Amino acid sequence: MSVLIKTLGFSFALTLVFTLVTYLLPQVEGEAPVEKDVDLNTLTMDDFIAMGEDLFNNKGTCTLCHKPPPIGRAPDIEGFDMVAVSIERLADERYQGDAKDAAGYILESMVAPSQYVVATWGKKGSNDTESPMPAIDKAPIELSAIEMDAIIAYLQAKDGNEVTVSLPLPEDAAVVADTGSAAPVDGGLPAPAATVDEALGKYACSSCHSMDSADTLVGPGLADVGARLSVEEIRESIVDPNAVITEGFPAAMPADFADKMTVKELDMIVKYLAEKQ
Amino acid sequence: MNRLFDSILPWGKALCWAVLVALLALGVAQAAGDDALSRISPVGMVQVEGEPPIEMPVAVEEEVVEPMVAPRPTRADYPNIGVSSRAIVWVLAQLHLFFAALVLAVPLFVLTIELLGVFTGDERYDSMAHEFMKISLTGFSITAIFGGSLALALFLLYPDFMAYMTHVFGAQLMVYAGLFFLESFFLYTYYYGWNAFRYGNLKWVHLTLGLLLNAAGMTIMVVSNSWATFMMAPSGVNEVGAVIGNIWEVMKGPLWNPINLHRFIANIAFGGAVVGAYAAFKFLSTNDPEKRAHYDWMGYTSNFIAILAFLPLPFAGYWLMAEIYAYSQQMGITAMGGILAWLFIVQAVLIGTILLAGNFYLWAGMSRTDGSERYKGLIKFIAFVLVVCFLIWVTPHTLILSASEIALLGGSHHHILGPLGIMPAKNVAVNLMLVVTFLSFQLYRRSDKVATVSWAPMGNALMVAIYVVAIANIIFLGVYYGYFTNTVYKVGSSVAQVASTLVVIVAGIVIDTLMFKNAKTLPSHWGRIPDRSQYALFALPIAFTWLMGLMGYVRSSVKTHWHVYTVMKDNSPDNFIPTIGYAGNMITIVTVLFLLCVLFMFWVANLSGTRQSKPIAVVEGGVA
Repeated sequence: MSVLIKTLGFSFALTLVFTLVTYLLPQVEGEAPVEKDVDLNTLTMDDFIAMGEDLFNNKGTCTLCHKPPPIGRAPDIEGFDMVAVSIERLADERYQGDAKDAAGYILESMVAPSQYVVATWGKKGSNDTESPMPAIDKAPIELSAIEMDAIIAYLQAKDGNEVTVSLPLPEDAAVVADTGSAAPVDGGLPAPAATVDEALGKYACSSCHSMDSADTLVGPGLADVGARLSVEEIRESIVDPNAVITEGFPAAMPADFADKMTVKELDMIVKYLAEKQ
Repeated sequence: MNRLFDSILPWGKALCWAVLVALLALGVAQAAGDDALSRISPVGMVQVEGEPPIEMPVAVEEEVVEPMVAPRPTRADYPNIGVSSRAIVWVLAQLHLFFAALVLAVPLFVLTIELLGVFTGDERYDSMAHEFMKISLTGFSITAIFGGSLALALFLLYPDFMAYMTHVFGAQLMVYAGLFFLESFFLYTYYYGWNAFRYGNLKWVHLTLGLLLNAAGMTIMVVSNSWATFMMAPSGVNEVGAVIGNIWEVMKGPLWNPINLHRFIANIAFGGAVVGAYAAFKFLSTNDPEKRAHYDWMGYTSNFIAILAFLPLPFAGYWLMAEIYAYSQQMGITAMGGILAWLFIVQAVLIGTILLAGNFYLWAGMSRTDGSERYKGLIKFIAFVLVVCFLIWVTPHTLILSASEIALLGGSHHHILGPLGIMPAKNVAVNLMLVVTFLSFQLYRRSDKVATVSWAPMGNALMVAIYVVAIANIIFLGVYYGYFTNTVYKVGSSVAQVASTLVVIVAGIVIDTLMFKNAKTLPSHWGRIPDRSQYALFALPIAFTWLMGLMGYVRSSVKTHWHVYTVMKDNSPDNFIPTIGYAGNMITIVTVLFLLCVLFMFWVANLSGTRQSKPIAVVEGGVA
């Protein structure tokens, strides 16, 4: 019995030592991101910038990688004047993106990080053609367009530059909510479209594309898209619009349709477009 | 009896033909009756003379069945039973995994020991292997009990999540259940057939049963691993979680094989450590020299298994982390550089404990042989390196400091200790600890032998040179690439450091095998070891168990607020990463529960060998 008591006592004591070590360390909880209600009617630019800083440090998880050297795994954004740096990169001959100004460059670097990879920071073996950064408008980060604008405002303002993004309007928030850009806290889904017309209306395709002619609105006309593209290419151009961009057009198409559309909606739209010949 | 068969046989044949014909007829009828419309429609329009054409029903276009996307449960969809659902699942899952690891590992090394017994002709190996099986037998039932409880808890507390997982994995779950029948069959025939199939060709039948037992067990492990790795890095589904691939594409995610390898090795180390504690307990409980010798040998063998499996474990862990980074840099940094990074300080304490205990046991074990005197002088240097490296490993990277403390320190990092907090210093420390642990093992193995080959001095010189070059290389790579070049090279240099460590281990085994072939053997006295050394054999399983709990918590937490990363969000009240202190409490609870269950398992194993003496009837005035 004494052996049992001694060995059990030793084992429990050792277990408690390990437990004690955990209490010597900082007690930090990793909160899940919480959607915050922002009253856009009373939002000031200062609030918007502060919101951007909060997103940069928390929900956006930017500071996981963007830290000062030697511990950073991505360029030290907070240490740079990002407006000046953006202008330098836009002038770089390696730059092949579509941005025209600093705000556009910062936005592009968030939604399509591989568009321009800063030298030495590319994925191993990619020769700086592929970025290890995820597109932050997609899962798991899923920032909305308003939230990305807030981050741009913060990055512009922190070094005393003029903020060029505009404050979001209440109508913008309604659009964001309708399209479910940011998954609502209660997890509810917008009702799926029952017909292809409903789906085209729900995702506002005709805002940028003419469905019945070759006229260019923002994007190319789709009257003969079925003759130009295969079914797979049409599908890709919806779920990953930046993979191949029609020559002469900006990368303006939202990249998050894959997250928003149900499989049936996507199938309906693809089938509808494929038949347009 | 033969006549009876003869008379039945023609009827049996006739019956078989009848069944076959009936099945064929049914099949044809079924194929023909599948779609009557499709058989009529090619005929064309049907019209009776003088009557208007009959309207044929138009084939209805088949409705597209929309694949099931991952559900998005609201908080209200999670049943609330008044206590944390996560805590319940945590305890049950961890206990299930502890026992599963044990019962998968024990048959692996039991089979190896049994095979060793066959090749050496030493029956002690066979008896020891049998005893290992005996003490872990109840573990299979305990694993199943916790596994069943876990499944029920998950279906009750996370119904949407389980509905989705069941949908994704489908029939694979039935295959998983079927494997248990196979495993049980091989387990019981292997264990209970031990003495029935002990010699000659029957021994090979027995070994085959052991092999099949292990094959069934390993398949169970890799199948269930695919669920965990799907949750971390889903494959075979699209962005919204709809299944677009077959079951193989769902299973073979980027983290599946790294987890399979890591768990396979870790299970062996864990299993070895647990049965080592059994041997230590039995050693301490008896004064019989013969039994002490037996349990000393059993404890040594268990420790050997545990440490041998433990040495390559960091490399398997490295592969796993590299794959996690390749899959999602964000996930990798959440583990290694985010709030979970603090857990690696605790990991350092645990692995440090394992290495110190393992080394201490080897040094104490040297007292079994008279020839160990030659090497005892080196022990203090090995201990010094272990302690210094351990302290470097536990040095935290950043400290939570008040303003006055920062002012006193002259910055957020101490000017000397600060550089020791980052990864390069820890890579150097870990590799050096592994190298000197192998040195302890090598010295122990040499302590009862004297080399007789002519090139022994040259062999020793070569071995020393390999140690010196490897240690210098590990330190140089860590210091130069860790502190004087870009971050990218830090990761690359750690591969070369690991390679240096592996070179020492492989070269050591090869040189010693050749050099001590036909060596003069010095007497070895099993049982001649201090009692305090046995406590190292208790420290090992406790540290291993705690470590498994800790790393399970890290592995699960890197998914942050997702049930299935990027596909299905966790909206439950427990969708946050708890503090390290809370995790420590949970791990301690499961460790203590596991310890108590293991005690029960050992007690039951010993109960089977105990026989109550027949009561002697006592009558008035004396014995009847």
